[in-house]
Amino acid sequence: MSNLLEVHGVSKNFGNFTALNNVSITVPKGSIFGLLGPNGAGKTTLIRIINQITMPDKGHVLLDGEPLKNHHIRDIGYLPEERGLYKSMKVGEQALYLAQLKGMQKSEAKKRLKMWFERLEIGDWWNKKIQELSKGMAQKIQFVVTVLHEPKLLIFDEPFSGFDPINANLIKDEILRLRDEGATVIFSTHRMESVEELCDHIALIHKSNKVLDGNLMDIKRQYKSNTFEIGIKPNNSNLEQEITNKFSVTPAEFRTLGNDLKLNIKLSEQESANDLLAYLSSQGQISHFVEVIPSASDIFIQTVKNN
Amino acid sequence: MNHLPLIIKREYLAKVRNKAFIIMTFLSPLIIIGLISVVAYLTQMNNSKVRQISVLDQSGLVKDIFKDTENTKYSVLDDSITLENAKTIVKEKGDYGLLHIQKFDSIKDASTSIRFYSEDSPSLTLINSLDDKIEKELTTINMKNLGVNPQIIESSKVYIDIEQESFAGIKSSKLDSGIKIIFGVIAGYLLFMFIIIYGNMIMRSVIEEKTSRIIEVIISSVKPMQLMLGKIIGTSLVGITQVIIWIILGSGLIVLVSLIFGIDLGQMGMPQQEMMEQAMQGSEGSMEKAQQFMNAFFNLPLTNLIIAFILFFISGYLLYSSLYAAIGAAVDNETDTQQFMMPIIVPLILAVYVGGFTVIEDPHGTVSTVFSFIPLTSPVVMLMRIPFGVPIWQQLLSLLILISTFMFTVWFAAKIYRVGILMYGKKPSYKELIKWIKY
Repeated sequence: MSNLLEVHGVSKNFGNFTALNNVSITVPKGSIFGLLGPNGAGKTTLIRIINQITMPDKGHVLLDGEPLKNHHIRDIGYLPEERGLYKSMKVGEQALYLAQLKGMQKSEAKKRLKMWFERLEIGDWWNKKIQELSKGMAQKIQFVVTVLHEPKLLIFDEPFSGFDPINANLIKDEILRLRDEGATVIFSTHRMESVEELCDHIALIHKSNKVLDGNLMDIKRQYKSNTFEIGIKPNNSNLEQEITNKFSVTPAEFRTLGNDLKLNIKLSEQESANDLLAYLSSQGQISHFVEVIPSASDIFIQTVKNN
Repeated sequence: MNHLPLIIKREYLAKVRNKAFIIMTFLSPLIIIGLISVVAYLTQMNNSKVRQISVLDQSGLVKDIFKDTENTKYSVLDDSITLENAKTIVKEKGDYGLLHIQKFDSIKDASTSIRFYSEDSPSLTLINSLDDKIEKELTTINMKNLGVNPQIIESSKVYIDIEQESFAGIKSSKLDSGIKIIFGVIAGYLLFMFIIIYGNMIMRSVIEEKTSRIIEVIISSVKPMQLMLGKIIGTSLVGITQVIIWIILGSGLIVLVSLIFGIDLGQMGMPQQEMMEQAMQGSEGSMEKAQQFMNAFFNLPLTNLIIAFILFFISGYLLYSSLYAAIGAAVDNETDTQQFMMPIIVPLILAVYVGGFTVIEDPHGTVSTVFSFIPLTSPVVMLMRIPFGVPIWQQLLSLLILISTFMFTVWFAAKIYRVGILMYGKKPSYKELIKWIKY
């Protein structure tokens, strides 16, 4: 699988402030790429550089193997975090205008807009003004406008903010469908559960530097600590003490039906899960045995803290 | 990808369809013409009112000189009535006023012996005309007393109206100068008003894009420079549309109002009119006056004037509007614009002052000439100077300076615009603006 977007050693300074310091990322074709980082880390600057809104001081960006040029504007759909629409303009007119700015023919844009409006069940909004719509409704229009010209690369900055759970789901499904149809998605958010749900790849930017990137599963594998969460009904009351002496143990929190002993057990590299399971099964009734996989949120917090 | 026409079109339609714009465009000529009509109507009413004036002449010298006119009727009271009685009579009759001439010993002291009594303070025109009448009569009497024949004095008077001619042989008169001043002032003020009204409109439309947060969406599709130019051109077209509608509507309304109410709007609001007409009495026919006016009009360097007007108007307007756009980009809301408005408003007002006073006084003096080259003041000042005849090389040089400054400001504004439109929340200082240019 080749890369749709490659960012090579990009740096950007605003006066004395360094917004990006030698950041490189590669976004594989057809992936959903999570661009993560605390507030003010430099994500938006990077996204703006990809959109040719700001020019990098150093480094370069390749889209589909070509250095960024003016005409690439129509290959990118960008939903900024700070977004809005002309309040006193009618929905249809406005969407047509924005589509034409992306280089679409008016008739083609109209046809596709009608289709999208039907799909999202907002067909009767065409002649309404934006100021008559609720925030969530305006967000839907904004989403349609972003994807209308069928760009190769979609960049969403906090796409779900302002949506109720039903509409958030609707948009999530649309994003997945667009990916399946061949689009590549860069996805910037602070909501880790949607990262977990959607992203194949992530990059973490912290204080202008990229501190982590790669396939999400690989990263999780890298961050797993060989820890297992267990629940057991002990045969004798000394079991907790015995396990504590044998392994490194922390208390665990999860829901069970019975009054079981709940523990997190961290294994050393020599010990295997099978050994642990065999030992535990000789000591009582096992009700729960799961390998602890670090969540995106855990990885985020841990990486940011360590840097 | 050139989106300029698209942006101009949107900008234009968005403004023209705006309700406030439609109301402003169609209502303001109605209001202005309406107000003028009311004033004109009232003035006419005032003029057609007949004033009764009683004269109590105890000197017996001037009672025969008061001839009734259309608006003023005189009645001479018997000179045996005392002043107090005369006042009561006049008040009872409801006359406009009482002119009292006391008996005086010497004509030299006459001035202190003449008094006008009235309910309210009397009209200035009336008092002036009474002054004139009495003065003339008393002067004549005085001359006779001194043994001078007034006819000889009259016939020996000489009237001078210096003719003017430039070294190149172009003749002109005082009327010419008046017309030049009118032309220059109209051109200068028109530009001034246009800049203030539509420059502000551009600024507001930039701020609107920032506050509605659409700017980043737009800017990911078009270059900031294109967006800015589109806004400036679109808004200018709106301005031109509005002015054309005003002119058509205004002149239509004036014709309509004059036809319906029979008010001559051209003849209003001139308190000295009566006097002027008296002064010009019989000297020349109105046909002759119109002829002189037309001559003066065609004496103007018309071709030069029109070309220069178009060029200076456009470049001056673009220069200022790019600054307005930059200010709009630098701030978040209109209240924050104040600190940046100063450098725009000050040269504009300065230009109008220089144009209004210095140019009229001395169109080719040092101050006028210098200010007609400084780019921020040159459009207004030069437009005011040109009717008086400015050498072509000066006009070209000034235009060249203006256009290069305009290019520089557009570059500068675009820099500020590019950075500013994505900056939210903080009120930038001048220092920061300078920093933005380096980004």
